[in-house]
Amino acid sequence: MLHIVNKSPLVNSSLETCLSVAQGGEILLIEDAVYAATTGSTFEPRLRDALSNFKVYVLQPDLDARGMGDRLLAGVTAVDYSGFVDLTITNNSCQSWL
Amino acid sequence: MSDIKKFMFVNRKAPYGTIYALESLEVVLITAAFDQDVSLAFLDDGVYQLKKGQQTKGIEIKNFSPTYRALEDYDVEKLYVMKESLDARGLSEDDLVVPVKVLSQAEMGALMDQQDVVLSF
Repeated sequence: MLHIVNKSPLVNSSLETCLSVAQGGEILLIEDAVYAATTGSTFEPRLRDALSNFKVYVLQPDLDARGMGDRLLAGVTAVDYSGFVDLTITNNSCQSWL
Repeated sequence: MSDIKKFMFVNRKAPYGTIYALESLEVVLITAAFDQDVSLAFLDDGVYQLKKGQQTKGIEIKNFSPTYRALEDYDVEKLYVMKESLDARGLSEDDLVVPVKVLSQAEMGALMDQQDVVLSF
């Protein structure tokens, strides 16, 4: 299953709830959620832990827009828009944690 | 002019994910045109608005971060960033597109108290 999160982890509980509820699968971080995959943030340890249960992706154009392209956390995979589409196809279902 | 008021714009949202950051900037420029005493405060995810290196071509949204550097041309020179918010995001003053004054939470609160008008974004 693909989990899509678009909210910043430091001001919204969407990603935290996603990580707590979901029992594995793939997570795609888009829009303000890309901050969760950046180094130096207080959320970094939480995402590092999640990497053992989930395959985590981040949408590169959203990361670049926010000036965070050089801070991507190791172990997180950057994808472009076609990679986003591929993830929605290879997974049986999607959950958007709005 | 005797009717100059102290305006503070409180920015707490990341850029691009919502329209708040851009809308705040628009209103700041309008206010500055009326010769008011304008301060900008950046708290929580608002500090991300000032992050260097924003490249928005891929999301087809205008990169408005260079506009913060133009604010001094409008005599808007009071930019305050909360230290705790920078620290929580692994950012420092060197990561920002403009020179700012870094304040503690308590200092930020005291500065808010001195304002005549506070606008939140």
